[in-house]
Formats: sequence, C-alpha cells, structure tokens
Amino acid sequence: MDGLPQAHALPPQAASDTPVLEARNLHVSAGRATLLDGVSLRLQPGECLMLLGPNGAGKSTLLRVLAGELQPGQGSVAVLGRPLDAWHGRELARVRGVLPQQCAVQFPVTAAEVVDLGLPTTLRGEGRARVRAELLDWLEVAHLARRIYPSLSGGEQQRVQIARVLGQVWKTPGPRLLLLDECTSALDPAQQHAVMAMLKSLSRAAGIGVIVTSHDLGLAATYADRVALMRDGRIITDATPREALTTHKLAAVYDLRARVRWEPSPSVEIQGALNTRNPTPPASLETSG
Amino acid sequence: MEARLTRLPAGAGLGVLGLALVVVAAAGLAIGPVAVGLRELLPALLGSGDGQAGFVVQELRLPRIALGALVGAALAVSGAILQGLFRNPLADPALIGISAGAALGAVTVIVLGERVMGSFGLGVPAMLMPAAAFVGALVATLAVWRIATRGGSTSVAKLLLAGIAINAIASAGTGILTFLADDTQLRTLTFWTMGSLAHAGWAEIRLLAPWMLALACAAPWLARPLNAMLLGEAVAGHLGYPAHRMKQSAVLVCALAVGASVAMTGLIGFVGLVAPHIVRLMGGVDHRWLLPASALLGATLLIAADALARVIVAPAELPIGLVTSLIGGPFFLMLLMRQQFAE
Repeated sequence: MDGLPQAHALPPQAASDTPVLEARNLHVSAGRATLLDGVSLRLQPGECLMLLGPNGAGKSTLLRVLAGELQPGQGSVAVLGRPLDAWHGRELARVRGVLPQQCAVQFPVTAAEVVDLGLPTTLRGEGRARVRAELLDWLEVAHLARRIYPSLSGGEQQRVQIARVLGQVWKTPGPRLLLLDECTSALDPAQQHAVMAMLKSLSRAAGIGVIVTSHDLGLAATYADRVALMRDGRIITDATPREALTTHKLAAVYDLRARVRWEPSPSVEIQGALNTRNPTPPASLETSG
Repeated sequence: MEARLTRLPAGAGLGVLGLALVVVAAAGLAIGPVAVGLRELLPALLGSGDGQAGFVVQELRLPRIALGALVGAALAVSGAILQGLFRNPLADPALIGISAGAALGAVTVIVLGERVMGSFGLGVPAMLMPAAAFVGALVATLAVWRIATRGGSTSVAKLLLAGIAINAIASAGTGILTFLADDTQLRTLTFWTMGSLAHAGWAEIRLLAPWMLALACAAPWLARPLNAMLLGEAVAGHLGYPAHRMKQSAVLVCALAVGASVAMTGLIGFVGLVAPHIVRLMGGVDHRWLLPASALLGATLLIAADALARVIVAPAELPIGLVTSLIGGPFFLMLLMRQQFAE
C-alpha cells in the first residue's frame, strides 16, 4: 500500500493506535457454499470504510461475522484489540453499534422509544432525554418522535434506526465502531448524501471507525476513506477510493462498464452491464402486437 | 397514517390497575350465596367477625380470590413475556403447547388413573392430577424447545411451528382418552377443560406459590432484554443482552407457572392474550410497565370473571373458562377490527 495519495492518509497518531476492528482470515460456509473465503480487514479509529460488491458477494455475511452474530468457521475478529468473545455483552454494546439491513417491529413502539432502546442504561434522566432529542433532531426525525415506528416510511425508519445505533455509542469516550448494513438504501439521494456526510464528520470528530455496506458507487467515491470491493466471499481490493473505483476493478467485481471522474467532484458514469443478458422477454409473453 | 400515541404515565397506570384489583377483590369477597356486606368484610378478613361470615370469607372466598389472582397474574405475565419473546402479539401460553401438554397430563389421570392405581389396589391421590398436568406442560415445553434448538441457538419461528405440532399431538392424545372415558369421567374431564376456581383451598395456593414466585423474580430481570427484543433477536444481541440465556429462562419460567396454574384450575383461555393487549393500549410496550401492569390486570380480570361465573346461574356455577372465552373472545375480535381500521 505504498504511495497512498496524501489526502487519504490516516492521521499520524492512528498508525500506532490499536485498530478499532481487526478481522483475520475469516472463513464461513453454509453447506457446500462458501460465503466468506479468507477475509481479513483492519479499521483504524476515525476511518470510514465502505464495503461494495454485487449481490451475494458476502458483504452482509461479513458484517454479521464482524458483529459477532455469526460464528466464522475459521478466523478471528477483535474489537479494540480484544477478541469478540472476550468482551462482555453490555460493554461491547457501548463501543460498537450495529445496524442490520432489516429491522421489523411488530408492536406499536414510538420512534422516540426505538432511539431510547439504544441508549445505555447508565444514561438517565435529563441527560438521557437530551441525547435522545439531539439525535432525533440531528437525523431530522424529531417531528416523528411520537409516531408509531411501524407506520413510518422506509426512509424515516432507517433514520430512526441510525439515531438508535448512534445513541448506543454516543456517550462512550475513546475509539468506537459502527457497522452499518446498507444504512442509506431507503433514503432519497439528498438524504443519502446528508447521512453519509454526517457519519463522516462524526467519525472524524470522535474517532469512530465506520463500516458501511452499500451499492452506491457515488457515495463511496465521495465519502469513503477506504473502499473494499468484495466478490464471491473475498475482498478483491481494499484501497483508497481513487485506487479501488477504477474502470478496470469495477468491471472485475461488478461486470459493469463504469467510469469515475474525480474532478471537480467525484461522479460516477455508468455505461451498462458488461455481459448484457438478452433484454427481450421470452417468446411466451403475450404482447399487444 | 398519522398514528400518534397518547399514553398513561406508568406510575398512574399501575395505581389505577392496583385500585381496580382491590375493588374487584373486595367485590369478589362480598358476592356469593351468603352475602357479606362491605361493613362486615373487614372484620371477617381480620378474623374478628361473626362466625359464619368469617368462615365464608376466610376459608371459602379468600383462597378462591387468591388463587384467581395468582393464576390470572401468571397467565397474563406469561402471555406478555411470550408475546415479547416471539415478537408476536398473538402468542399465548396455549400457542407453544404448554396448555395442551398440561391438559393431556390431567386427562390421562382422569381416565386411566383409577384403572392403573386400582390394579395395584390403590386409590387415586388427590394431587396426582395436578402433578400430571404439571409434568405434561413441562414435557411439551421441553420437547418444543429441543426441536427448535440447533447448535445452541433457538429459532423462534421453529418454536412456534413445533408448538403447533405438539398441540396437535397432545390434542389427539386427549381425544383418544376422551373416547375411552366412561360417563362420570367424561363429566370430570369436561369440567376440567372448561376451567374452574371452585376447588380453591390454601393447600392449592401453597403448591402454586413457589412457581409464581419464580415468575415474579424472573420478570423484572427479563423486562429490559424483552424491550431490546422488540427490535429483533439480532439487535437484542447487539445491544449486549444474552439473547439465548434469556429465551431459555423466559420459556422455562412461563412453562412452570402456566403448567402449575393449569394443574390447579384447568384450562382458562384468553387472559394471557387480552390482558397484555389492553395494557399495551393503556401505557405502551415498555416491559418494565407491561409486566407488572399485566399481572395486576390479569388478576383483576380473573377475579371478576370468577365473580360473574358464581352470580350468573346462582346457586350453580358456570365454569370460569367459559366466562373468560365468552367475554374475551368478542372483546379480542373487537380489538382486532379496531386495529384494522386504524391501519
């Protein structure tokens, strides 16, 4: 990784710091299928890593293993230098927040209550109410605080969940970790950028390591410090956005013809799929002609 | 939909429910073939009243009210816990086979008890039926639990499906035994499957108490993890709660409490479903409020239903299970329909 562009270099003290997350040689298989095939990953405090790859590449599986939800068949995960199973559950919950891809709720919980569930039990009274209000406000869902969560739109639910996950680690001093699985998938484009910008500034300000899985090349080009491209359970590339999001690598990972321009601001031009399937529907379709 | 919630503060809600319980319990003590006036009630309770009122209140009605309160609270709290655990507002102790297992145990003793014990020249001990109901509940729960657990994690969906299967098997067993039963047995059996507090005595309450105590001790410890479970099992784990240990202890403690209750009173439906539902409408889904409030409401509902059962066809008594189903069923349908309109 010599010759990194200086703009993306880590803050000088981070190099000697313990990584906020370190995964070594993770293998996961289900039956005969190999879901993760020797994945290693390191994340420094204050770093924002975006995990990209086609459907079924293993992004969510990797995130679930990193979150301790799934036991890897082989390999190890350490948070702040300590193996996952050496952490006490509640202690870990205060330094690491996880946002799963889906979170269905069957009961009439209000949005404010959902955020409240994330706040540590040690945070009480006025301080608790203030953090909750600030988070709801920051994610622009304050007006939904007393609405029933299941009745909110997908994007609103997602912002409430992000507030919940942030609340979990909000008042913990020191380096922290956020694992966010497609946290912007239900948001409109303006909100996607707003949320990513917020995560990025949060990560910088508080030394929080953030991993976000996404399908959005533009967001990755704009906000990631590092981009990891996955395919078939492996990390193909783990580098700066400029190094990772090249036409060549995007073709290798996604079978996609795409070009990223970096000046004046990052923009992605997608020209189409490489091995285009036959776009005409099968002959059995009843057509108007 | 603009669905905003207005909710009662938890303290006020618990106050209201507590007051309702006291009022209904007092009414339950006063109502019956021997009318005890409210003015006679306190001396009778303290043992300083005149002979008849004192005996009726202390030896007949008080244990009955106490049993109703314990069983109602146990059914309602178990319902609330299981609903939270299964993340399904329609879950109920009956759903995962606890009640059906208990029923099979009890019916086995009713139908085969005399034959088997008689062949050894023995009578059927009074406690054999409750004990068998209890064992039936436990066996059914453990079976469902084992089936749903693979490699140290328990799938809630499998637990529900296994519960349906166990329910079917236990019901078939009960059906076969019913088919074999003679007329007197049939009568006992029918009476038992409709539930009754009529056999309440202090001995029953002493038998029930330890299991109720276990439930009461576990409930506060379960409240926060159950809150986290609202967002799903994975999220509860991310929030640092030991999801597996919690599921295990919750199911076990509910099986014990419900098994013991069913053993004492027979099958009493709908309390476990309706009480938590009303409590959620009153003050929201926070289990730190939901569990104690459900206990109070469940106790109140069952005492009220029992008073009604004693009054409607006096001097005879209606089985209490019929009363709870007759009132609970339509009430629950109404809730469902209201919910549909709200959506």
